[in-house]
Amino acid sequence: MSKVLMKGNEALGEAAIRAGCVHFFGYPITPQTEIPEYLCKRLPEVGGVFLQAESEVAAIHMVYGAAGAGVKCMTSSSSPGISLMAEGMSYLAACELPCVVINMMRAGPGLGGILPAQSDYFQATRGHGHGDYQCIVLAPASVQEAVDLMTLAFDLAEKYRNPVMVCADGMIGQMMEPVEFRSEGRGPPMAGNDWALTGCEGRPRRIVNSLHLAPEQNFAYNVRLKEKYDRAAREEVRFELYGDGRPDVLVVAFGTMARISKSAIDDLRREGRRVALFRPITLNPWPYAQCRAAMDAMPEGAKVLDVEMSMGQMIYDVKLAAEGTRTIEFLGKAGGLVPSPDEVAARIRALLP
Amino acid sequence: MKATNVLMAGFGGQGMLLAGKVLAQAAMAKGLQVSWLPSYGPEMRGGTANVIVCISRDPIASPLVTRPDVLLAMNLPSLDRFERSVVPGGTIVVNGTLVAREASRADCRVVRVDSRALAQAAGNERAANFVMLGAYVGATGVLPEEAVEEAIADEFRDGKEKHIDTNLAAFRAGAAAGRRAAAASEVHA
Repeated sequence: MSKVLMKGNEALGEAAIRAGCVHFFGYPITPQTEIPEYLCKRLPEVGGVFLQAESEVAAIHMVYGAAGAGVKCMTSSSSPGISLMAEGMSYLAACELPCVVINMMRAGPGLGGILPAQSDYFQATRGHGHGDYQCIVLAPASVQEAVDLMTLAFDLAEKYRNPVMVCADGMIGQMMEPVEFRSEGRGPPMAGNDWALTGCEGRPRRIVNSLHLAPEQNFAYNVRLKEKYDRAAREEVRFELYGDGRPDVLVVAFGTMARISKSAIDDLRREGRRVALFRPITLNPWPYAQCRAAMDAMPEGAKVLDVEMSMGQMIYDVKLAAEGTRTIEFLGKAGGLVPSPDEVAARIRALLP
Repeated sequence: MKATNVLMAGFGGQGMLLAGKVLAQAAMAKGLQVSWLPSYGPEMRGGTANVIVCISRDPIASPLVTRPDVLLAMNLPSLDRFERSVVPGGTIVVNGTLVAREASRADCRVVRVDSRALAQAAGNERAANFVMLGAYVGATGVLPEEAVEEAIADEFRDGKEKHIDTNLAAFRAGAAAGRRAAAASEVHA
């Protein structure tokens, strides 16, 4: 299949269709509105349902209903809208319902602004709603990777019966890049669902519910969920290691910030400097062991630089990976400002021996 | 070819984002890597809009560029804001229709084009964006002109075919002006 030049948001919409998504519920918000705009045109063409909800709260609970009925479904929003979905996300995870949620992150807190940010990292990776639940979180760094991760998101949602978040910043939604859709046809409907509410005639009835008043029963339930998250941590970690194998400075960054850092790293490597990038693709589960291995391969005194479009959120995971063996330096901007390749290069340069 | 980063800036509605998309499409059709990153801030009608198009043989690292190789300045605010950011030896295309002053970069190739007059002569005043694109392509030869012409024609398919000819004519007029400007500057050198 040949490449087409597409806006990130529209490419994500098309990727969802190809993954077999049939229901979309959502509410417009910049910088992701092209996703619902695209899907409201495309979903009816493939016999699906597009529904603009009255709010993000309603949208996520419509996802809860559709997922409970065993249908491949999704929603998308941007930061403030994702906050409104917190309750529903907790219920979806509690009831082990597969779904995909896109967060095209914008600057916060509060209403913030519409420019790109990575400031919802805590929200995405540390629960966001109440209770001991987790989402699998995927962070693309290009339009092509966004498309590829969308397919993976639906697969993982089904494999783990859990919400999966695709977490990008507004830049990826708004930019155009060439993309190739690797699947020609449409993905299969949700498979093997022996739990979905499909009408109980001729079989025992099923219940989708997250109320477990007996503490022992609720604890056992939590243990089972934890085992599932631990399994995902063993099997689903994804990352990219780029540059020198024994760097004097290791940059850790994700999404757009990783790409910008790559430009800085390329410039410095052309000067003969030893620099590398560690890019988590799964923000949860986080590639702790792999990042630690990259750190352990560094010479003594080498530095680690965490770069984010936030005031410093992923840096806590980088510190967990280091387990106190290294000091982690930080470069970040928030509010819609983005550190430039030159700024990243200057900071790396200052850390080089 | 050398990797090229092009910043195209003007008032919202002047069509610089569209001209950038056409440039990216043409480069992609030639087998090159491209990215198209628009400014999408809270702009108002009459405000500024710009787009960065990166063209490269290799995968594009950062789509965000603060030191472009090329600036297409459709209006004075764009020239004022971005002129200093162009790399030494770069190219600046100035819309002479709206920008009264000269560009102040002696270390860059400057191409000045009366985009509105050329667009009007081509039969479509609104095609000034493609005059500017033509001037850039003509002056630098960044891509074969036919590749861009094909991308322009593709852009106006699906019911907008009546605009193809005038936009193509505007692009060609700009390209001719760009080639003349490049030849003249070589004489000076």
